[in-house]
Amino acid sequence: MLILRCPYCGVHADETELTPGGEAHLTRPGPGASDDDFEGYLFRRRNPRGVHFERWCHTCGCGKWFHAARCTVTHQVFGTYSAQTTEPPGAIIAAIRARRPDWTPT
Amino acid sequence: MPEGMGVSALPGARAGGLAVVREPGLQGMVSLKLDLTAGWAAPGVMAATGHAVPGQRQITRIGQGAVAWMAPDELLFFCPHAQADVLVAALSDALKDRHHLAVNMSDARVLFAIEGPGTREVLAKRMPVDVHPDSFAPGQMRRTRLAQVPAAVWMTGPQAARVVCARSVARYAFDTLALAAQQGGAVGVY
Repeated sequence: MLILRCPYCGVHADETELTPGGEAHLTRPGPGASDDDFEGYLFRRRNPRGVHFERWCHTCGCGKWFHAARCTVTHQVFGTYSAQTTEPPGAIIAAIRARRPDWTPT
Repeated sequence: MPEGMGVSALPGARAGGLAVVREPGLQGMVSLKLDLTAGWAAPGVMAATGHAVPGQRQITRIGQGAVAWMAPDELLFFCPHAQADVLVAALSDALKDRHHLAVNMSDARVLFAIEGPGTREVLAKRMPVDVHPDSFAPGQMRRTRLAQVPAAVWMTGPQAARVVCARSVARYAFDTLALAAQQGGAVGVY
């Protein structure tokens, strides 16, 4: 069972109160992109064994989308952060590095 | 039925056991969406309603009315059912030059009261919330999941709670609360 702290309302929300939104920080290709790039944006997702960045929606709460960094193996949560960002903030990266010294952002 | 009176979702519904679950009847509820971090938000709300903007996840009461923090951009006002449209008009007038939305939600929602020694037991059986008195006290508003539907819950006293959810799921919500409140179902945690 995952418990994630919603950064908008501060609630320590049980997984059943949330809706998963899949991989975070996807970049939508621009108008000149190839079909291959767009197919990747639509369908290809990382499925890492270890540190992963995800989108979650606090559906049965304040209704806001937010980001979470967690480990897919141990379910350890490194932190949650605002959805108004295109990359993980420094504090989250630092929290992951502190616990996973061999991890490198990809 | 007189014009404009309306009927609540489950008039007179009542079930008892560990705690009494009942539907108290029509309740005025006005939802206000606005940027609560904006400098004009609190003065506008004060001018229209006399309520200060509550802090994160707080609910404050003045007389027959109350206001609850629902999200970083949403407040919910409680008032007598007949005054909900008046409150909407007051909010719309006070915030008319600002980006906001005030809507009378009274008849889209249902209100339940849970009262008695087993109140926290009943809540704990249906919601993924720490309802220990140290964590969940009167004055706090918690939006969460009531069995399979979204709901908002707050304590009105040490052994009394109120629950609001969508009217369309009123029967389901009442039945699941009534089942949790059946005599003999005490878990004995709270």
